[in-house]
Amino acid sequence: MKMRKPKRRLFSLTLRQQNTLAGYLFSLPFILGFLFVFLYPTILSAVFSFNELVITKTGYELKYVGLENYRHVFRVHPTFIRDLTETTINMLSQAFWILVFSFFAAIILNQNFRGRLIARAVLFLPIVMASGIILKIEARDYMTGILEYGMESVSAFLVTPALSVYLSKFQLPDALITNILAAIESLPNIIRSSGIQILVLLAGLQAIPRSLYEASEVEGATGWENFWLITLPMVSPLILTNIVYTIVDYFTSTSNLIVSNIRAAAFGTLGYGIGSAMSWVYFGVIGGILVITFVIFSRLVFYHE
Amino acid sequence: MGVMEHRLHWKRSLFRYGWSLARAVILIGVCYIVIFPVLSKLASSFMSRSDLWDTTVAWIPRHPTLRNYELAWNYMNYPTAFWNSVKLAVLVSALQLASSTLVGYGIARFHFKGAKVLFTLAIITLVVPPELFIIPLYLNFRYFDFLGLLPVQLNFINTVWPAVITAATCTGPRNGLFIYIMRQYFKGMPRDLEEAAYVDGAGAFRTFSKIMLPAAVPAMVTVFLFAFVWQWNDYYMTQMFYSSATTLPMMLDKLPNSVLGMRWEASLPETSLLNNTGSLLLIAPLVILYVFLQRFFVESVQRTGITGQ
Repeated sequence: MKMRKPKRRLFSLTLRQQNTLAGYLFSLPFILGFLFVFLYPTILSAVFSFNELVITKTGYELKYVGLENYRHVFRVHPTFIRDLTETTINMLSQAFWILVFSFFAAIILNQNFRGRLIARAVLFLPIVMASGIILKIEARDYMTGILEYGMESVSAFLVTPALSVYLSKFQLPDALITNILAAIESLPNIIRSSGIQILVLLAGLQAIPRSLYEASEVEGATGWENFWLITLPMVSPLILTNIVYTIVDYFTSTSNLIVSNIRAAAFGTLGYGIGSAMSWVYFGVIGGILVITFVIFSRLVFYHE
Repeated sequence: MGVMEHRLHWKRSLFRYGWSLARAVILIGVCYIVIFPVLSKLASSFMSRSDLWDTTVAWIPRHPTLRNYELAWNYMNYPTAFWNSVKLAVLVSALQLASSTLVGYGIARFHFKGAKVLFTLAIITLVVPPELFIIPLYLNFRYFDFLGLLPVQLNFINTVWPAVITAATCTGPRNGLFIYIMRQYFKGMPRDLEEAAYVDGAGAFRTFSKIMLPAAVPAMVTVFLFAFVWQWNDYYMTQMFYSSATTLPMMLDKLPNSVLGMRWEASLPETSLLNNTGSLLLIAPLVILYVFLQRFFVESVQRTGITGQ
C-alpha cells in the first residue's frame, strides 16, 4: 500500500477504495489469525464433535459417529448436565453481585478522600494476582482452604443467622434471602473478581462531563436526582460491557467446573469427540445467555452522542 | 432563619461525617479481604513444619524459618526460570501490543464495510471458551503444514512458535480485549490530526507511525501491562503448547512434586507451605512492578477510553 504519489494513484483507485485497502491491510494480522488460528480450528472442532478421533502415526483419523457424542453428553455422562446447570446458576448470582459491588466500589473510589490512591491500588491488585497459575494452586491448596473456611465460618455462624432473622421480617421471598446469604458467604470471591469491572466503571465515571452536574446544580437538582438522571444513564453502556465481561470471565475461567469436565473428557478416556461435543453444548449455553442479556439490556442502555 | 440554616448545616455535616466513617469502614473491610490471601501466604511462608501442627499458631510462626524460601528458590531454579519468564512475557506481550495496535487502528480510523464486522469478530473471539478450539489448534500445531501448503509436517509443540503465532495474529487469550482497548482509544482521537498529515502528502502508514502512534502511548502502555501480567501468570496456554518451558508458573506447578517426590499428594500441609512460598516468589516481581507503576496503570486506563465514550 503506497500512497506516496496520490496523483497517479487516483486514476486507478478512488479515495474510498484506498481507504478500504488501507483498513484491510492494517487489520491483516487479525484477519489471518481469525481465519487460521480461530475459525479453522473451531470448524474442525465442530466436525470432531460428530466423529470419533483416532491418533495415528502420521496424524489423526476421523470415524463418523453422527450424534452419538452429543447423546453421550446428554444421556450417558453422569454429571455434565448437573454441573452445567449448577455453573449457570452460580454464574447468574455471582455476576449480579459483582455488578452491584463494582458499581458501589467505583462510586466510592471516585469520591475525594484521604488514602484514595492506596484504596485504588489495593482494589486493583487482584487484576495482577488472581489469574493463571495462582488461581489453579489456590483451588487445591490446603492452607487456603482452612483459612477461607475460617473466614466463611465466621460469617456462617455470626452474620448469617442474625441476618436471616432480620431479613425474614421483611417478608421477602425465600429464594431472594437464600441468594443474599450465599452472596455474603462468597463475598471474598466476589470482591476478588471485580477488579476489571471497577476499573471500567471508574474510568466511565471520570469521563462524565462536569458541565452536566453544574447545569443540574443550577436547576436545583439533588444528589439523588443527579445519580438517577445523570450518573446512571451516562455509565449504562459500561454496565453492559461489565455484564458481558463478567459472564465471559466466569465461563472461561479455568477453575470452572465445566472447563475441567471438558479437559478431563478431551485428554482422558472419553476422547476428543466427546470433549468437543461438550464444548459446543457449553458454548451454546454461553451464547444463549449473552444474546438474552444483550436483548434485555441494550434497551435500557443510554448512548450519549 | 439563622437557626434554621444553622440546623440544616449541622445536619449536613453530621451526614457527611457519618458517610466518611461508613466509607472508611467499608473500604478497610474490602481491602482486608483483598490483602488477606497475600498476608496468609506471607505468614505461612515463614512457618516451619512444627508450626503447622501447633494449634496456637495462627498467623505468627513460633519457629520462623527461611527453609521454605530456600527450597522454593532452589527447586524452582529461580534465576533461570525468572529470566525465561521475562523473555517469554516480553516477546508475547510486545507482539500482542504490535498486532492489536495495528488492527485497532485499522478498524477505528478507516471507513470500510468490513470494519464493524471485524470488530464484532474480535469480540466473538473473546467470548468463545478456548476449550472449543484448543484441541484442533493443538493438532494443527502438532502437525503443522500450513493447510497442506508445506511439503513436510512440522511439529511446533514444545517450541515458542504457537505463542508467537497466536500473539502476532491477535488470537492469544483475551487478545480481543486489547483490540477493543486500542480501537476505542483511536476512535476517540480528533480527526484533524490525520487530515493535516494527509494534506501534507503523508501516506496511511506514515501518518500512523509518525502522528497517531506517539499519541496512543497511554493505551499502548495499558495493553502492554495487561498482556505482560497475563502472560507472566499464564499456565494454561504454556502447559498446552509449550509444556517443556521452564517459566515460573510451570516450575511452581511442579514445585511440590520436585521437592517432596511422589509423596507430595499425601503431605498436604508441606505442599501448602511450598505452594504459598512459590506463589509469593512468582508474584513478587509483579507486585514490585505494580507498586512503581500503579499510578501510571490506573491513570492510563482512565485515559484510554476503555469506557467506550
